[in-house]
Formats: sequence, C-alpha cells, structure tokens
Amino acid sequence: MGGDGAAVVTRGLTKRYGDLVAVDHLDLEVRGGEIFGLLGPNGAGKTTTILMLLGLTEPTEGEARVLGLDPVRQPLEVKARVGYVPDDVGFYGGLTGRENLRFTARLNGLDGLAAEERIQLLLERVGLAGAADAQVETYSRGMRQRLGIADALLKDPDVLILDEPTVAIDPEGVAEVLGLIRSVAWERGATVLLSSHLLHQVRTICDRVGIFVGGRLVASGTVEELARRAGEAPAFEVGVEGDPAVVEAALRAVPGVRSVEGGPDGLWTLRADGDPRPAVVRALADRGLVPHHLQRREEDLDDLYRRYFHRALAAEGAR
Amino acid sequence: MAAKETADHLLSTRFTVLLLLVALSAVGAVYAASGGIREVAEQAQGLPGVFLLLFTAAPERLPSFVTLVGFLAPLLGIAFGFDAVNGERAGRTLPRLVAQPIRRDDVINGKFAGGLAVIASVLAALTLLVAGLGIVRLGIVPSAEEVARLLAWLVVTVAYAGFWLALATALSVVLRRAATSALVAIAAWLCLTLFAGFLVGLAADAIAPVPADATPEQQLANLRAQVWLGRLSPRVLYDEATLVLLNPQARVVGFFFDQQLDQAIPSPLPLDQSLLVVWPQLVGLVALCVLCFAAAYVLFMRQEIRA
Repeated sequence: MGGDGAAVVTRGLTKRYGDLVAVDHLDLEVRGGEIFGLLGPNGAGKTTTILMLLGLTEPTEGEARVLGLDPVRQPLEVKARVGYVPDDVGFYGGLTGRENLRFTARLNGLDGLAAEERIQLLLERVGLAGAADAQVETYSRGMRQRLGIADALLKDPDVLILDEPTVAIDPEGVAEVLGLIRSVAWERGATVLLSSHLLHQVRTICDRVGIFVGGRLVASGTVEELARRAGEAPAFEVGVEGDPAVVEAALRAVPGVRSVEGGPDGLWTLRADGDPRPAVVRALADRGLVPHHLQRREEDLDDLYRRYFHRALAAEGAR
Repeated sequence: MAAKETADHLLSTRFTVLLLLVALSAVGAVYAASGGIREVAEQAQGLPGVFLLLFTAAPERLPSFVTLVGFLAPLLGIAFGFDAVNGERAGRTLPRLVAQPIRRDDVINGKFAGGLAVIASVLAALTLLVAGLGIVRLGIVPSAEEVARLLAWLVVTVAYAGFWLALATALSVVLRRAATSALVAIAAWLCLTLFAGFLVGLAADAIAPVPADATPEQQLANLRAQVWLGRLSPRVLYDEATLVLLNPQARVVGFFFDQQLDQAIPSPLPLDQSLLVVWPQLVGLVALCVLCFAAAYVLFMRQEIRA
C-alpha cells in the first residue's frame, strides 16, 4: 500500500468515540524524508490521528502503515522507530533532564557508556547541556519542548512526530524549536510529521501541509499549490498618494485586474491574473501619480486557512 | 520500569515521612512490649513462641506491633498507589512513556511491582529491626519455627498491603485527580477499619433477625451471618490469619462451641497445621489482591491515552 518511499500512509482511517467522529476516513501520505505539517484547528482530530499512527489507540475503521508496519499489529516495532513528542510534553519533575533521558534510553534498550555519550550529544544538540543536571521542574516550556525533541531522538528514529511543538512558547523559542526540527530532520534524513493550529509558524519549515478540519483532510500540498487551488488570484499591494477616485479608476483600467480595494494611508490591494506590476506603474504615471510601494503580497496563509475552514464547514452544513 | 518506580519511591519525601511514622510507632510498641515481657519471660521459660509474644503482646495503653502494622499496612499501600496512573497523566508523562517501545502492560505492572517491592522491603526491615531489638532486650533467640512463622506472617502482611496498593492503583486509573483517588482510598480504609463491624452487625440482623425471644438457633444463625459477612473484609481475613500464624496455641478462628474443643490438649500447633487453619483466609486475601490488580490492569489497558 502507498507509493515507494512513503513513510506514513493511511487509508480510510476512522476513529469514532460514540457518536463523535474524531477522524473521518483519512487518506494521508507522507513521503520519506519530507517535513509534513498537519494543520487544523483544535479538536480537528490531529492528536487522535497521531495516536493511531503510534498504535496508542485503535482505529475504528481503515488502516495505517508507518514505515510499512501496521501500528495495530506491530506497535513495538513502530514505537522503536518513531520518535514522538506529545502536545505539551511532560517529564518527571523531580529528576534532572539527564536522568529523564537516561530513563527513556533504558526503555529503548540503551544502557551504559553508549547511552551516556548519546545523551550528552543530544543535550548539546538541543542546547540544554548547561541545564542538563537541573531538575526539570525548573525548566521553561521552551526548554521542555527541546528536551522532548532530544528524548524523541534518543532512539535514532526514522520518523519524528511532533504534536503542537510551538504552542505556548515565546516567539524566540518558537524560532529556536522550528530551526532545531528542520536541522535535525536534514541531518538525519528523517521524515517529520508535525501538527499545529498556527499556520504562519510552521509554514516556513514544512515541505507540504495538509489542512485538517472536522476529522477530514480537506486539502494537502505545498503552500503555493493550496493557494492556487483555493481559486484566489494573487494579491498585490500598491501604495500611492492622490485622489482616491482617480487612483481607483486608474487601477481598475489595468488589464487583468479583477478587484481593487482601498485601504488606509493610500494603500490599495488589487487582485489580478498574471503580474500586472509594469502595467500598474504605467497607468499611474500616465495620470501623474507615482507609486511609493508596489509589492506582491506573500500568500496570507491564515486567510487561506480560514477559507478552507469555512468551505469545509459549509460543506458540513450542506450535508 | 519496576526498578525506576522503586527508585522513585525510595527517593520521595512521601517515603521518608511514612518510614519515620511506621518505624517510630513500631519501635515504640516493641520497646514497651519487651519491657512487659521481661518479667513474664522468666516464668514462661520453655513456653513455645515466647519470641512471638514480642510482636503480639499489647502492653498497657499501647497497641501491639502486629496491630500497628495491620493498621499501617493499608496506609502504605494507598500511599504508594493512589497517584500511580493519574500522576503520570497530571505530569503529562504518560503519552511519552507509552510511546516508548514497551508494552502497555509494562507500565501498570511496573507500577505495582515497584510499589510492592518498596512495601515489602519496608515491612521486612521493620520486622528485622523489631526482632533484633527483641534479641538484645530479652536475650531470647528465636527458634527456626518462630522464624518461619514470622516469615509467613510477613508474606501475608505484604499480600494485605498489596491489596490496598492494587485498590489504590485501580482508583488512580479511574479517577483523574490524585487527590480524589487518595481520598476515596482512605475513605474505603476507614470504612473497613472503623465501621465495618457495625455495618456487618446491621446486615447480619437483616439476614438473620434476632427477635427478643430468640431461639438459640436464631442467635446462632445471626452469629454465623456476622462471621461470614465480616470475612468479606480483607481486614478481618488479615486479622484472623495474623492471630493464628503468630500464636501457636490458636487452633480455630471465628466462633466455636466448647464441646468442639472438649478434650483437646492445649498444646502448640506446628506451623503447617496453623497454616492449614487459616488457609482459606490466606487464599481469600491473595485472591482479593489479585482481583483488585486485575481490575486496575483491565481498566488501564482499555483506557484511552488521551484525557
């Protein structure tokens, strides 16, 4: 099942809790070596999906393959090769970071000097070597998150699954954690599956994303693909001083422009097919106006996300 | 897993406090008991099981060592079990733990084995301490028979504490908050310790009423009902087992008629006969313990990892 090199494949994966459908016939494919972002609002079924992939909860229907293994029948093999950092990862507060890792190492069959060396290496890698012998109780959330990553890397995983790795960390911490995930994935060639409800934070490191609403995957692909599929023409920002009526008329006259919206401080937003920027400059110059700002807007992912979200909800209502 | 749990318990504040509590009360009791025994011991030379008196004799106004242990063993069980699973949940370590390549039952088995190992070593250390103190204060060396009886009693005590540990562990699986499960476990303990006799009396009266002009048969039926209902409680089972194991003279538990002991020669029983007398109690105790642990096990295995 699944294509060659697919690290994670699910077919019709479904989980019901009584009447509540947490995950609804999910077909997901994460290729080997990529960073895949599972995006969706809280309660969309992301964590349930992850738990099913790890064999920690049984699917009601459908099946999953992780590295070609069935998590329901071979949970130990799957768990030996998949590193998992849960949502808001916890450690034994009374033990130091190093002791916590030592315990995990023993559960993974690592012992003695080899384990100690590996623990030291990983602690340095995640930047916790200085705090390694302090009790975890004293750690900040960002530190715990990094310790969680070290913890998941102890078993030298082929797949790394992170559930909400950036929640409740300050912006600097987020950048650190994301940078760490990206470099670790690159160093090891490991496949990374991460879930988040904060798109703008994870878009920078994800090769592909899947948008997950109400237990279903409503779209997946690269960020650009998703934007295109959402059927929205690219947006451009134009900053120009002058009579709004004149400016609006000039912009509307540009070929290919589909919509024009005014904003504060003479900042206009227009949507157009193709790249209208040279034509915009010419049209404005013809009327004696000089643009001081002209830029293609980065695809606003939150917009995109909201749009997918609303569409999914509308489909839900229509059923 | 079990090794880590054991180490955790040994390093915790909880352990230190409990150990101090148990050790102080136990040593106090024995010190007093040995003082009382000294005078008796001189006349009682040759009496079998003098050494065991050290554990069972209750000096004035103080409970005996075995009474204390019977009282505190449940406390030990509860203390080491009440937050076994919900503590992991509260610390958010459970998902990380079960994501390691270990079987899920390793977690609950480890919790139970670790707790039981700690309890067993505490009780064994206490018994040795008391025995040592007794040897020094009394100058009596226990016979092999007495040592064997003490060992048997120790095993029973560990099983009794194991019942409470399993009960507390099961509660920690069901109840989300450690404080709630501790309270429920302690409530159950108090209930069995303080109110059980009272409740059993009421229930027995309901089953076999004793009118004012009761016939001996009716009174007997009421008494029987009381004994059998009482034996539903692990505490009663434990008390009966302790009584017989540490007292070679005891040959029956519960009530009996004089004619049953008519012409019996008041001689001490060998250990195997004592064991035979309380065998049902021992089996019942172990069964209760296993039942409770099985409940904890099944509940944990079926529970969702997520809250």
